[in-house]
Amino acid sequence: MSSTALDHRSGGFTLAEYVTCLTGIVWREGLRFLHQRERFVSALVRPLVWLFIFAAGFRQVLGISIIPPYETYILYEVYIAPGLMAMIQLFNGMQSSLSMVYDREMGNMRTLLVSPLPRGYLLFCKLLAGTAVSLLQVYAFLLIAWFWDITPPPIGYLTVVPALILSGLMLGALGMVISSGIKQLENFAGVMNFVIFPMFFASSALYPLWRVQEGSPMLYYVCQWNPFTHSVELIRFALYGKVDWVSLAVVGGCTVVFMAGAIFAYDPSRGLVRRGPAGGET
Amino acid sequence: MGCDDIAMTMSDAQGATAKTLPDTAARPDAAVPALSIGNVSHSYGPRRALIDVDFEVRPASFSALLGLNGAGKSTLFSLITRLFGIQSGRISIFGHDISREPGEALRLLGVVFQPRTLDLDLSVMQNLLYHAALHGIGRRDARARATDVLAQIELADRAGSKVRDLSGGQMRRVEIARALLHRPRLLLLDEATVGLDVKARADILKHVRKLVSDEGIGVLWATHLFDEVIPTDNLVILHQGKVLARGDVARVLSEAGAQDVNAAFMRLTGALSGSIAP
Repeated sequence: MSSTALDHRSGGFTLAEYVTCLTGIVWREGLRFLHQRERFVSALVRPLVWLFIFAAGFRQVLGISIIPPYETYILYEVYIAPGLMAMIQLFNGMQSSLSMVYDREMGNMRTLLVSPLPRGYLLFCKLLAGTAVSLLQVYAFLLIAWFWDITPPPIGYLTVVPALILSGLMLGALGMVISSGIKQLENFAGVMNFVIFPMFFASSALYPLWRVQEGSPMLYYVCQWNPFTHSVELIRFALYGKVDWVSLAVVGGCTVVFMAGAIFAYDPSRGLVRRGPAGGET
Repeated sequence: MGCDDIAMTMSDAQGATAKTLPDTAARPDAAVPALSIGNVSHSYGPRRALIDVDFEVRPASFSALLGLNGAGKSTLFSLITRLFGIQSGRISIFGHDISREPGEALRLLGVVFQPRTLDLDLSVMQNLLYHAALHGIGRRDARARATDVLAQIELADRAGSKVRDLSGGQMRRVEIARALLHRPRLLLLDEATVGLDVKARADILKHVRKLVSDEGIGVLWATHLFDEVIPTDNLVILHQGKVLARGDVARVLSEAGAQDVNAAFMRLTGALSGSIAP
């Protein structure tokens, strides 16, 4: 077995090595996703149930006035579609964090963390991989929704991509921070109850904020402070070729903060140091 | 016994092997320890897992880290691989401090952890390619290397098999192959033969010893199985977080006044706990 310059040279890493690492992590996440067909199906079924059943029931109850980015009256199904797209990403982000907890318990996480590339970069790659998977899910949802008369302008399918990437990164980074604090897989049920449901319901995903304000001013403020609300609005505007600058700033800022939190949490001298060896190890 | 003494005895013990080494990149680093652990201590809250652990592993040497369950072996491995931060002391790999130059240090390190770390749903080849990507090795080169290491462990015909379809011994061999894919100079194996049958254990040990003699790789082999240690090995006995003895096997036996590793271990650890007379 001969050694090469790549193996033992001094100095940093080349751009090609960074790119190879990124593509490798994305490729592996994609393979895992394809192998877990039930994950794909459940990721699709969840928003479709909301769209086909919940929205169909509520369309007669909840009237939607003309609010930006819409320029005419819209069906309730059309209104909640961006919220359901964000919901896919929310669940995907938390699912990724679940898989990180699983990987950590099973040991797979070590494979990633003993890579010589900077740990912050590895976590970013992991986030990007999770976001790429969520994009597949969102577009599968949009395809089915198209047959349900949810037809944003064609350009919207393109302009929404950056919004989905940013939103996916923010929610994935949040999931990563949460995963660093979960010691056992069983504790993930708490994430459902205390993170996913409150974030989803206390947002503009299901009803416009002016309606929330009419019902409960307190809840209105909670919704405004909820980063998920801004994910939904960022996606909603982008789907119609527009930009909600406030939401863009909030989602961008939260992505940076959550990402920094994840890097901090997975820094060996800080977050992980508090834990003992995995079960069964000595 | 200081680190230099250990280095001296390790060099003596491996002298015959080193003379037969091929002229690989191991040569220029022969003077630098493959692994240097300097007064490392680690605690989980009030519980002290490691106390002033201090030893070296030389290139082209096989060092057995012997300790019972709970001795601190996995904690030490987690520190060497930077899964945990170092609280006190210093660890370096071929002179690269793991805290200050983690990239350089980890590049030279291959690890087989105690728990299985392969992705069961992916194929053997896919697992290897993923590992290669994490080290920045391009796809074409990675595939060639993977084919090469799979041939070495006699699993070339299982490249396309899902990992979950392999036996325990085969999985371990794949993990070793994976750890070698980026051509490390130091290989850590944490209880690599636990749960395997006698033949699988012997095969893996033989393969790893061959890596030492043929490739000049330094190996740190953590185990609690005394029969895995042979007279030409270097030995580090870790007990309740402390290094009780280190050096070549003959020296440890002599210092412990014992006939074999088992007796030496019992005598040393018994002396510490007071349960067995020295």
